Amino acid sequence: MFFLRSNYAHPAFREGALDMVPLATGIAAWGLMTGVAMVKSGMSVVEALAMTFLVYAGSSQLAAIPLIVAAAPAWVILATGFCVNLRFVVFSLHLRPYLMHLPRWRRMVNGYLTADLSYALFTRRFPVPGDTDAQHREQEAYLAGNYFVTWSSWMLPGVVGIALANFIPSAWGLGFAGVLCLVGILCSLANTRLRLFSAGVAAAAAVVAYALPLKLNIVAAIAVAVLASFWLEGRVPRRWSEA
Amino acid sequence: MSGQTDVWTLAVILGLACVTVLTRCFFFILDRPWTLPGWAHRALQYAPVAALAGVVAPEVLMSGGHFLPTWEDARPFAALAGALVYFWRRSVLWTIVAGMAVYLPLHLVLGW
Repeated sequence: MFFLRSNYAHPAFREGALDMVPLATGIAAWGLMTGVAMVKSGMSVVEALAMTFLVYAGSSQLAAIPLIVAAAPAWVILATGFCVNLRFVVFSLHLRPYLMHLPRWRRMVNGYLTADLSYALFTRRFPVPGDTDAQHREQEAYLAGNYFVTWSSWMLPGVVGIALANFIPSAWGLGFAGVLCLVGILCSLANTRLRLFSAGVAAAAAVVAYALPLKLNIVAAIAVAVLASFWLEGRVPRRWSEA
Repeated sequence: MSGQTDVWTLAVILGLACVTVLTRCFFFILDRPWTLPGWAHRALQYAPVAALAGVVAPEVLMSGGHFLPTWEDARPFAALAGALVYFWRRSVLWTIVAGMAVYLPLHLVLGW
């Protein structure tokens, strides 16, 4: 949490923030476009601001926008958001040993603010969880530095995008930057041959099942891809599961 | 819908915020250690990448509910360029930059 002095006064906070700065332009471009996309697709300014400040997850926001505009049932929107966020469930398993020494509310604030890029930088900088109190404090400060920059470079452009939405012509297609960001995250997750296979099957299934109502094609794609990967897992050499 | 704030939408947005907290904190909300059943653990090897592919593929490959009605479409070329650059530079930022560098000229100049 960047609002705690024990974090922002620690030298590792500065290090974490500086490591994230080169990525901030990408996050900012994505935040700006998500802000524009929300207003352009018919959400009110209050709704778009609430989405930016509370949901704070670009991919699930982008997936939810068309569903909200189409007034899909709430459970479908929430289930879609959950599916798109499944990668964070995997990250949380990895982060558990780094955070368990903290009280629950601090774990949850840290977890809520740690998105893809903070997770990636943090686990690269600290491949093993800390043992001593000093290491714990250094790691939490570094993580807070990471997500302080991510959070700011998402929120400010998001608000600017919402304010300027009506001056940017939709015909420019700048919202495609958001899709490209998802392409980048997708590539970063496809780090074994079996995961690449899973992505390919899911992509094909989502296109084939596109006519299903309520974006259920995404759920169908996950089910088909996971089952196909289970089937293939036992039939290929072990290195297909290794990065 | 346009421009009107309604309670239903705000409730859904609040729900989505709870989904963000739940998924990002999933394994460290409870104090005592616990594990998912084996099949769910195995599924988590493949489900996240599948979910994103399922979201992205239609955004890149379909228009008006049909699979690429014309090959004169900027999106698949831009996404391919972005993916190739990702595997070259390992950077999401470069993916966006390269993808838009392909997308904007095709889209704005050629009208694809």
